[in-house]
Amino acid sequence: MKTQSQISLPRRRFVQGLALGAAGLGLGLNARQLLASQGHTGAPILTGDTFHLTLGGVDVNITGKTRPATTINGGIPGPTLHWNEGDTITLKVTNLLPETSSIHWHGILLPFQMDGVPGLSFDGIAPGETFTYRFTVKQSGTYWYHSHSGFQEQTGIYGAIVIHPRAPDPHTADRDEVVLLSDWSDEDPEHIYATLKKLSHYYNFNERTVFDTLSDFRNKGVIETLKDRHMWNTMRMSQSDLADVTGYTYTYLMNGQSPANNWTCQFKPGERIRLRFINASAMTFFDIRIPGLDMTVVAMDGQPVKPVDFHECRLGVAETLDVIVAPKADQAYTLFAQSIDRSGFVRGTLTPDAALSAVVPEMDAPPPLGHTEMGMGAMDHQSMDHGSMNKKAMDKDTMNHDHMQHHGMGHGDMTKGGMAHHGTAHADPVPFAVDSNNPDLPPRDSAIEHPASEFGPGVDMRAMAPGDMLSDPGIGLRDRPWKVLTYAHMETLGSTPDNPIDSLQPDREIVLHLTGNMDRYMWSFNGIKFADSVPLELFHHERVRITLVNDTMMTHPIHLHGLWSDLELGDGKLLRKHTITVKPGEKLSYLVRADALGRWAYHCHLLYHMEAGMFREVRVVDGSTSPAAASTPDTQAQGMHGTHNQDHGGHRS
Amino acid sequence: MKTLMTLLAGSLTLAATSPALAMSKNEPRFTRVIVDQLEARDSDEGTVMAWEASAWHGGDLNKLYFSTEGERLMDPEHDDEDAGTEGAETRLAWNRAFAPFWDWQLGVRRDWQPDDPNRDWASVGVQGVAPYLFEVDANLFVGEDGLTNLRVEAEYELLLTQKLVLVPEIEANFYGKEDKELGLGNGLTDIEAGLRLRYEIRREIAPYIGVNWEKQYGDTADMTRAVGGKTEQGTLVAGIRFWF
Repeated sequence: MKTQSQISLPRRRFVQGLALGAAGLGLGLNARQLLASQGHTGAPILTGDTFHLTLGGVDVNITGKTRPATTINGGIPGPTLHWNEGDTITLKVTNLLPETSSIHWHGILLPFQMDGVPGLSFDGIAPGETFTYRFTVKQSGTYWYHSHSGFQEQTGIYGAIVIHPRAPDPHTADRDEVVLLSDWSDEDPEHIYATLKKLSHYYNFNERTVFDTLSDFRNKGVIETLKDRHMWNTMRMSQSDLADVTGYTYTYLMNGQSPANNWTCQFKPGERIRLRFINASAMTFFDIRIPGLDMTVVAMDGQPVKPVDFHECRLGVAETLDVIVAPKADQAYTLFAQSIDRSGFVRGTLTPDAALSAVVPEMDAPPPLGHTEMGMGAMDHQSMDHGSMNKKAMDKDTMNHDHMQHHGMGHGDMTKGGMAHHGTAHADPVPFAVDSNNPDLPPRDSAIEHPASEFGPGVDMRAMAPGDMLSDPGIGLRDRPWKVLTYAHMETLGSTPDNPIDSLQPDREIVLHLTGNMDRYMWSFNGIKFADSVPLELFHHERVRITLVNDTMMTHPIHLHGLWSDLELGDGKLLRKHTITVKPGEKLSYLVRADALGRWAYHCHLLYHMEAGMFREVRVVDGSTSPAAASTPDTQAQGMHGTHNQDHGGHRS
Repeated sequence: MKTLMTLLAGSLTLAATSPALAMSKNEPRFTRVIVDQLEARDSDEGTVMAWEASAWHGGDLNKLYFSTEGERLMDPEHDDEDAGTEGAETRLAWNRAFAPFWDWQLGVRRDWQPDDPNRDWASVGVQGVAPYLFEVDANLFVGEDGLTNLRVEAEYELLLTQKLVLVPEIEANFYGKEDKELGLGNGLTDIEAGLRLRYEIRREIAPYIGVNWEKQYGDTADMTRAVGGKTEQGTLVAGIRFWF
């Protein structure tokens, strides 16, 4: 298996297609290949306000086999784009691929026509054509860009974006490095997808065997084991289903370099280094740590957060995390990122001397899914957050809250009508969005309630007791003897409960359940896949709460294009994000200001889940238009006004 | 029956689409072919080749399903027997998912016999994964002249390692009416059980060895005995399983 070959790599010569360019100087390699070899990240840096990007097919050799890739300007990753906040930038994207392509600027606020989603923003970029994107940059921080067509993102169309703030950054650093993580497969992604449809556990080589059960008999006792087995077997679920596509086919990359190639950043002891982690994977959650070094988070998803020290974090697909490290010792450190299912890893090195490298940690044993992941009750105090510094009190506090108190609804007891006030967080009940024309929005009494559409062949489980898990580090990270960063640790800089970045009081609440059937490899929201869905409509300028309930055993990174997702951390705290990771059995809420008109994509950022239908169109429409405007007159009455007047707020649970 | 055949054949011609755009509202269709058993059986009559294969084409909920199984005598031990197909069966069905782990199947079956008359059947059945991860296939076949056949099959995959899999399976047939021409009685006619150990070189390719045991019951067994046949047979098997 690939995992083993990665470990024993130093002795084996891995030809790197991207490094080949440099070696092949003067050997008749074309300009694009040579360009790709420039810069030690493998990604050239482009600056200015006008950019030319060319999407094309090249052969790369990442695992020892030459395979076709789709690339931006010939390299994987594509060039790192440096923009300046406030600039109006022009990006000319030429498609030399034989199929329609596109570039989506992930997490960037822009007019929807510039968002790069074929079918929603525009028609895509036809072969041979050039599309010119032009927009004004209204934000700063670390972002990324990628193709939104087919599976081109899996085969290499992705790159980093660094936007320099207009005001000086408070976190000065001597060194500033993008650390872009991705997953590469020699397989054609169409084949991966077809394989998952035919045998969904194809890539999982960590399934339970008879001997696991025998060893459970010894360790847990026969009765406990049989009870446990009974539960899993009656549910017909796999306890080892942490990742659909694994290290069996993936080679994990750091800035385009395989673990054997060992991406390296050289520093002088005492320097402050800003690492801009970007998870540009198609399917892989990474657990990142630098043994021997504390990290301080300063921004997530491009947005500054109050600095927090930590040792390890799980970075969801499409999320970005900016950290500062300050290595003082004259020694090398390993930047270690293992996949959530422990089927593979990628590593790089921070070192004062190019000749030095550090020990690469062993991968952990793959953790089995548990009751939490089954949605049978979110919190298991015993296994949570042991190693967290100064966190005990806070966790307890967070966990003991009733779910609803986290949503800016104050600490009032709902039996008193939810009228209690706390700070500026008004406790007015928030009505659930209801639209008789949209099967995603049936009348409901609580967010946890499963809509009728979830009871069909496409949904293999429904969480019984989903709950708040913001302070849960997630499966495999709960027993760490060091501090694991969670969303609950972070808070967007400059947002206080008394003076938040945006209102804490939404006008209405949209509830979506994340659903799927692993065996059939079907993925959806509310049991309805994109093909059968109706666009979700938001009214221009409204503040809406989106509540997600994860009814699957997988972790899903949910990305809303064009609008910020302000994650509600409780007590009026917000974490501003573009992609929100929802753990199995978790229920969380975020607030969205619908301040950009147009048609936006909203989806799970696991590429094959998106393809399978875990996708919605979100339309931000003028407030004067009711959601049923296009329908018959009598349904119009149940549109915006009907929705707003319905009061479901008093009996949420 | 003919209408049903035409209907099924018609749905075969539905064009397959590839998932070109993430935004595509067209459901992609896939095709899976699995040769679950292709094996040599060391029987008293000689080496018998047996096969069991199926294929589907379609989307998440609707698929066209085809299966075939049969036996062929390869090199007879006795001079009075000829090499040739002893019997085969093909099925074509519309497969519709109706629950998270269960599909309906509605289709047709044809039994091919070299000497005896062929039999045609209409079929209705369920296929899926029962609690405790048993793969179950139950079908009711309705044939000409009021013949009925209920067949229940169950299979379990026991993982010894990630690649070594032990597969016990069992199949039972019940007939609602005697079929004298084919020597089948009323009620339980036969049970077949197997135990195969396969090694997955890749997920797609797995050689295996195992045992297969068949026994006839009731009137069926009596009719076989009357013509001097054997009603019970156990064989060693070796074969290959593959899919794509």
